[in-house]
Amino acid sequence: MKRGYMDHAAATPVRPEVLEAMLPFFVERFGNPSAVYDLGSAIKAVMEEQRGKVARLIGARPEEIIFTSSGAEANNLAIKGMALANFLKRGKHLIVSGIDHHSVLNSARFLEKFFDFEVTFLPVDRYGRVDPERLQKALTPATVMVSIGHGSNEIGTVQDIPELVAVCRAAGVPFHTDAVATVGQVPVDVKELGVDLLTISGPGLGAPKGIGALYFRNKLRLVPQLNGGIQENGRRGGTENIPGIVGLGRAAELALQELDEKAVYLAKLRDLLIAGVRKNIPEVLFTGHPEKRLPGHASFCFEGIEGEALIFLLSSQGIYANTGSACASKALKTSPVLGAIGVKPEVAQGSLVFTLSRSNREEEVHHVLSHLPLAVERLRSFSPVWRKKMAEVAGA
Amino acid sequence: MKFLDHCPADATADLVYRACPMHLLEPMELMKDLKQGQVLEILTDYDGALEDIQAWCAKHGQEFMGICEDACDDCYKLYIKKLA
Repeated sequence: MKRGYMDHAAATPVRPEVLEAMLPFFVERFGNPSAVYDLGSAIKAVMEEQRGKVARLIGARPEEIIFTSSGAEANNLAIKGMALANFLKRGKHLIVSGIDHHSVLNSARFLEKFFDFEVTFLPVDRYGRVDPERLQKALTPATVMVSIGHGSNEIGTVQDIPELVAVCRAAGVPFHTDAVATVGQVPVDVKELGVDLLTISGPGLGAPKGIGALYFRNKLRLVPQLNGGIQENGRRGGTENIPGIVGLGRAAELALQELDEKAVYLAKLRDLLIAGVRKNIPEVLFTGHPEKRLPGHASFCFEGIEGEALIFLLSSQGIYANTGSACASKALKTSPVLGAIGVKPEVAQGSLVFTLSRSNREEEVHHVLSHLPLAVERLRSFSPVWRKKMAEVAGA
Repeated sequence: MKFLDHCPADATADLVYRACPMHLLEPMELMKDLKQGQVLEILTDYDGALEDIQAWCAKHGQEFMGICEDACDDCYKLYIKKLA
């Protein structure tokens, strides 16, 4: 059976080159980088080499990278670590966007619940973009930091970060961005963006699950969120995941080499998919920004049907997509991101998200386009919501 | 303990919120780059550093100049001079 795996935001296979680089560090080169003997110091040198590779991918300095266990941990460290380190000087007000990842939103809620912070959840426009003027108005003398995601894995929109950073910089407020969706997909340079902190995750780059990193501008203070020893220069306790770090380093190196070519390739597949869906399926809502979006991201809402049912029907044809973020899809709740961009709940129920990678081929897009219209039509044929709508249209 | 009002420094090690014993490890590294007579400022929120830094200076032949209390910053500022 033909297949089309297009849920790379949820899980991406480890690249063979990455796996190959990692393998020696499970058995032969197992030393602890904190050990003072040569088995340890050699591993420490390897780890620092990888730090340099990750830094190069985003235009940072090696000492500005902290390795973490995931993008979620990096977001926790950025938000809780920065807020707790700086609230005495700045205050207890925090700003995030309403469409950020759960690890951002729930870190903010944690500070609200246990440390009496006040959190502003900024609204977004119909494309999911934050208005700099609204951000400006939300800033107060007590704002300790702002965190707004770079790209949305759910609607594909890429935020104009430099514009938002300019507002914060004028007010002297540090800015964090969750760049899990964008690093390795579009050029990301911390100096061009102007951000003070930036989150990276390994799996999106073809590194394994269980590795991520946080960029923090040199000189910033962070309260560690994993208390332990002097790993990561005393900013994150716990023996380092050396195979994961080596994997992330190799993946970052490959991403930097392939970035321009990859973005063009993915955008071509994405546009083919979007055009085909719009042409062949009536009453479809394309979500997110039409141009300022991730190159491998296509997201839609099909009125009158349940996204979950669509996912199951498509998977029987070897087509794998998602209804939204992988973290939220099992909850069977209407997506807060779609709600924030003004999609009605009955339309948002029919959400479908495709996230492509360089392993996808044009034939797979054609495979999707040959089955998706039939699947939508079939589900709509026994949908009371759809029948009611059609009856209303016919009556009008 | 010797208290200072103000002390100009040639380099700073900011160890605030960083795990023990970074308050010893990073200053040791930075001291290697300083010339004789130059001063290193150490910022730390770790109480144990008050004792440890003095002891380290005594053991390694460096001068512990004293501590500066800054009400604006939630940390200790310790100063050491490179003698050798």
